[in-house]
Amino acid sequence: MTTHTIRRILLSLALVLALPVLAQAQDLIAGKSFGKAPNEILVTFASAVDRAAVENPANYRVYEEQDPDIKLNLESVVLAEDGKTATLTFREPLNARLPHVVAVSGLAESGAAASFKVMKPYLGYLLSILVGSLLINNFVFTKYLGLCVFFGTSKRKDTAKGMGLTFTMVMVVSAIMSWFFYQFILKPYGLNFLQIVVFIGLVSLTVQAVDTVLRKVNPALFNAFGVYLVLVIANCVIIAVPLILADNEYNFLESFMLALGAGGGFLLALYLMSSVRERMELANIPTTFKGVPIAFIVAGQFALAFLGFSGLTLF
Amino acid sequence: MATDKTNLQLVVNGILNENPIFRLVLSMCPAVGISTTVMNGFMLGIAVLFVQVCSSCTIALFKNVIHPRIRIPTYTLTIATWVTVIDMVLAAYLPEAYAKMGIFIKLIVAFAIITMRLEMFASKENINASFWDGIGMGLGFMLGMMALGFVRELLGMGTLLGYDVLGFKPMLFFVLPLAGFFCVGLMMAFFNYIEIVYKRAKRA
Repeated sequence: MTTHTIRRILLSLALVLALPVLAQAQDLIAGKSFGKAPNEILVTFASAVDRAAVENPANYRVYEEQDPDIKLNLESVVLAEDGKTATLTFREPLNARLPHVVAVSGLAESGAAASFKVMKPYLGYLLSILVGSLLINNFVFTKYLGLCVFFGTSKRKDTAKGMGLTFTMVMVVSAIMSWFFYQFILKPYGLNFLQIVVFIGLVSLTVQAVDTVLRKVNPALFNAFGVYLVLVIANCVIIAVPLILADNEYNFLESFMLALGAGGGFLLALYLMSSVRERMELANIPTTFKGVPIAFIVAGQFALAFLGFSGLTLF
Repeated sequence: MATDKTNLQLVVNGILNENPIFRLVLSMCPAVGISTTVMNGFMLGIAVLFVQVCSSCTIALFKNVIHPRIRIPTYTLTIATWVTVIDMVLAAYLPEAYAKMGIFIKLIVAFAIITMRLEMFASKENINASFWDGIGMGLGFMLGMMALGFVRELLGMGTLLGYDVLGFKPMLFFVLPLAGFFCVGLMMAFFNYIEIVYKRAKRA
């Protein structure tokens, strides 16, 4: 037997011995999730645990991952009949969008605290941002942004589609650029007060760049969409999205989803509106309502319909 | 080139003939979004008035040194600078009103009306005329917002400027944010109707 093999055996032995220590926190907790009520966290233990230790709120330390200093107020802990599932009830509703860290002490014999993270599935969270900005918080019908362009370009379905697609494209590119600028230049150097100037400059730049690139690379596409590019700058959604993602400190993927949802929502709104307005040309509308006034009334009815999405929660 | 209108005519033009909200149908977002009370309309109106006048004067001053090809980005950055100023001033001195406006103060930067006035007027006229044109447009926007706020506050909550006038709430619906769409549409139709009646009376 060579020293090499001996060393290998010793190493694997040490690993096997160390494993339980490493896996202790994982072994103890079989499952964790946010509860049905907004102020609950459910924890499932792998085996039956000491009821007195579990039900003592003083043994817990719960905080949002980004603010470890702010301890959340735990009101009570109730262990279910089977001795495995504990329900943590908090005094105030939790912000389920953020990952929470739960540290429990006094469970293991060693007295070491087991800590674990509770968070929603990340993909679901991303999708909920997308659907949220697409339907629930549709920028046109529930945030009332981008209305000038909305009423200006929703007369024909073709125009609406072209405008919506151009808009989504510019939106995503400029939101990503704004995110980089915000995270790596504005925030580190304390230049937050320059947000408006920088973001509007970036948007104008993006539009100009898309214009130039499209003209050279795909003239046919440019002929179809070029006219809408100028209009994009005058749209408040395009500057609202960078401001919102800076306010909410979204990360890269979240920003991307927000921009995509905002653009898609605008496309959806334009398309719906243009379908109605094409029909309205055949209808007999009172003279005083012709043109813009009736368009506002129709938009109001769409807004009422979109109000129905407000209760929608996914994931 | 100078306009032949007097200062007063310029102001009246902004308020009546070319009212930004009801005539030009520009800057609709705040007209729908936050015109729920007279006070909101007034506050945002003040902010827009300030930005419009300051940007008009700035562009009128520097119009000779701005290259025509980069004029639009120059306008945008000028407006953005003044919006940053009013944004920070309001946040510092009137935090409550600022919180009510939310994102709309920052969005003044994308208001089509301001860019349009710079392109159509301030880039051609002298600083005096631009100043009064800016005042007219700003006042026109402010009065339009206040008119909307007046109707919505009175019908929705039965109050004016926070004081109880009617003592009951005729149509709570008008306080809902989305009622802005209906309110703007109905008021535009109303103004169209007045115009039609006026023309008919003139002809007869």
